[in-house]
Amino acid sequence: MIRLAAVLLALLLPAAAIAQESIVAGLSQNRVSITADFDGSEILIYGAVKRDAPAPGGAPLHVIVTVEGPSTPLIVRRKERQFGIWINRDSVEIDRAPSFYAVATTGFLNDILSETENLRHQITIPRAIRAVGAVDQAADAPEFIEALLRIRTEEDRYRLAERTVHFTESTLFRADVILPANLTEGPYRVRIFLTREGKVVDHIERRINVRKEGLERWLTTLSREQPLIYGFLSLFIAVAAGWGASSAFRLIRR
Amino acid sequence: MQIFLPIAEVSVNAFLLLGIGGLVGFLSGLFGVGGGFLITPLLFFIGIPPAIAVATGANQVVASSVSGVLAQLKRKAVDFRMGAVLLAGGLVGSTIGVFVFARLTAAGQVDLLVQLSYVLFLGFIGLTMFAESARAILRANKPGAPVRRAHTHNWVHGLPFKMKFRASGLYISVLPPLAVGALVGFLAAIMGVGGGFIMVPAMIYLLGMPTKVVIGTSLFQIIFVTAFTTLMHAVTANTVDMMLAVLLILGGVVGAQLGAIFGAKLRAEQLRILLSLLVLAVAGKIALDLLLRPEELYSVMPGVLP
Repeated sequence: MIRLAAVLLALLLPAAAIAQESIVAGLSQNRVSITADFDGSEILIYGAVKRDAPAPGGAPLHVIVTVEGPSTPLIVRRKERQFGIWINRDSVEIDRAPSFYAVATTGFLNDILSETENLRHQITIPRAIRAVGAVDQAADAPEFIEALLRIRTEEDRYRLAERTVHFTESTLFRADVILPANLTEGPYRVRIFLTREGKVVDHIERRINVRKEGLERWLTTLSREQPLIYGFLSLFIAVAAGWGASSAFRLIRR
Repeated sequence: MQIFLPIAEVSVNAFLLLGIGGLVGFLSGLFGVGGGFLITPLLFFIGIPPAIAVATGANQVVASSVSGVLAQLKRKAVDFRMGAVLLAGGLVGSTIGVFVFARLTAAGQVDLLVQLSYVLFLGFIGLTMFAESARAILRANKPGAPVRRAHTHNWVHGLPFKMKFRASGLYISVLPPLAVGALVGFLAAIMGVGGGFIMVPAMIYLLGMPTKVVIGTSLFQIIFVTAFTTLMHAVTANTVDMMLAVLLILGGVVGAQLGAIFGAKLRAEQLRILLSLLVLAVAGKIALDLLLRPEELYSVMPGVLP
């Protein structure tokens, strides 16, 4: 009886130990304010691995951090030469693509994340783009999606930073993610994954609210909710500036 | 100093915008044009989305035209009656233009429309102006050559609905000014320009207006057409960026006054030939963009929000 219990315990222990590794994490800030002088922002994502039992040996633990901005539908167009000039011809509609997507890891993604887990959690940048109907719209739809990835990577909106997460003693981790100056408003989703041998051991999700503040907030709201008043205000500024400058210079020249 | 533009949602150096405004303002004061045809392509170039560049460009032209028309009012060089007729046409043209602009934005062809209009109109006006001023300079060097009359009787004077324009000393049909106004209004909407560079030659050669009232009258009606265009863009598409406009205007109005002072020291033909070269350079640059294979064939546009 005792022997049987010992065998069962020996079988159960490794599984139980893996399940008991969980993430405790925090963000340096959970809101970003876009003010007139906004010039990008750095978010520090830090945390530790909590264990009830000593870390199991064997394959090392890895951390993947993703930061995802609000998604919108998009249209990708391709130029073609017609009548001697380059004009937009074919286009593909993308159902949803994030306005910002950054991935930071402790190792190379190919080594630390299996394809099935990637499919389940949608971690890598291409997985973040949803284009279900794209194939029906153009024969070479994948090229359009590739172009979208290329353009957004060049704009610094999509970013893959492998081996940039600091991971100390398989316990403490920290990642710095720089949010660019050209930021879209809305909730940003931060996800942290813990993987071992390509499998996700634990994951958690946090949120950062990015919002225009002050003058930026006021102008955006006014332009959407009271466009006529906004238009007249723009004109008033233009007329006042034109009149002001011409009278000021007349005074100077006298 | 970086500044975040709330509507365009891009971060740009504030001094760069002041500089662009100042440079364009200087040139517009120097040559007596609105400067919209320079500011819109420059805004494209620094990465402002086309729709916002066009709408905000129109707002900037309002400021420079107000600044310019005040000086012309002092000289009593504004024909209000002609201005009103041109304006009536202009509002119709502008409404159609804003509508076409919105439709083509949805179809993804707005860049093409804007670029083609620039190449076509700037190229034509630039060449005409260049030929005209070159001839004037040659004539000045060779006395005794025949002088071309500006005011001639042509088919324009045979049209019905005649009206007296006292300040211009004209008795002509209202149809040609209405048509010119509509064309310029249309262009103002799709190119983000005031259209002075088309209006001024059309007034002189097509309507036969005396040169002294041409600039004042054109500026007078451009104020209203571009103001109307700004409002239409603001209401239909929310594309006027006030922060961007304020910086461009601040640079622009100061530059315009400096340009006007500097311009008074140059001879008219020299000014015109310089302006024509500038216009041709802008047209040539845009034509090259259309003709040469672009580095990136693909472009990304925000789709309709669900």
